[in-house]
Amino acid sequence: MLTVNHFVILSAILFSIGAVGVLVRRNPLIMFMSIELMLNAANLAFVGFSRYLQSIDGQVFVFLILTAAAAEVAVGLAIIVALFRARETVDVDEANTLKG
Amino acid sequence: MELIPFDFLAGLAVIAALGVVVLRNPVYCALCLAGVFVALAGLYVLLSAPFLAAAQVMIYAGAILILFVFVIMLLSPRVDQGAGTLKWQRPLAIVFGFALIAELVLVVALAVLPSARGPYTPERIAQIGSTQAVGASLFTDFLLPFEITSLLLLVAIVGVIVLAKKRQ
Repeated sequence: MLTVNHFVILSAILFSIGAVGVLVRRNPLIMFMSIELMLNAANLAFVGFSRYLQSIDGQVFVFLILTAAAAEVAVGLAIIVALFRARETVDVDEANTLKG
Repeated sequence: MELIPFDFLAGLAVIAALGVVVLRNPVYCALCLAGVFVALAGLYVLLSAPFLAAAQVMIYAGAILILFVFVIMLLSPRVDQGAGTLKWQRPLAIVFGFALIAELVLVVALAVLPSARGPYTPERIAQIGSTQAVGASLFTDFLLPFEITSLLLLVAIVGVIVLAKKRQ
């Protein structure tokens, strides 16, 4: 019998894996992918609660989060490309001065 | 009876998520992320949200992932190095990850979850269609966030064009 706990615990596990990914990896693209993983974990929690509370609000929220995540990925990748276009390595620890 | 597809999709999602975090080659990580997106789309279908499952596959696996792969290809000759500058950071992060999982599971297990309160039972959603349900709510109760999201997309487009221009 599936309860909401199954989905929220799965969401928690995915969120933690994403958080560890952001902390452990140094390639900015993979850090960004881990952030997207965290967003998806939150989406799963929203949809899980939406079904078990019999409300449609969670699904509408997920739709809006989907849109915001798309905009965020576009801008974030543009920043990464602009930042690392002129450099040798793709390593976030190298980008440690405030010069462009 | 519903537990079998849930177990399969949840296992797939967790294994693919571990693949994103562990694998060295960024293209393999992107493919594992696609696996996470598809597994989550399957879970949305299980949760009576087929419209969201389709939107998830289209937007995440069909647009965002493509964007990631383009940027990986663009920055590809420069590959991720090995260990970091702070040697103790990686095991500490893994310990904190387990602590986070334990905290969240504890909160969920001890929480008193609210009872059902809305009209959209799975039978009702199957009857009127999840797209109509989401659309009706989006254009009445959530109209202001919808309009603000359109403004957000406009700002994102302008920002990307400005950032991607070559410096003169």
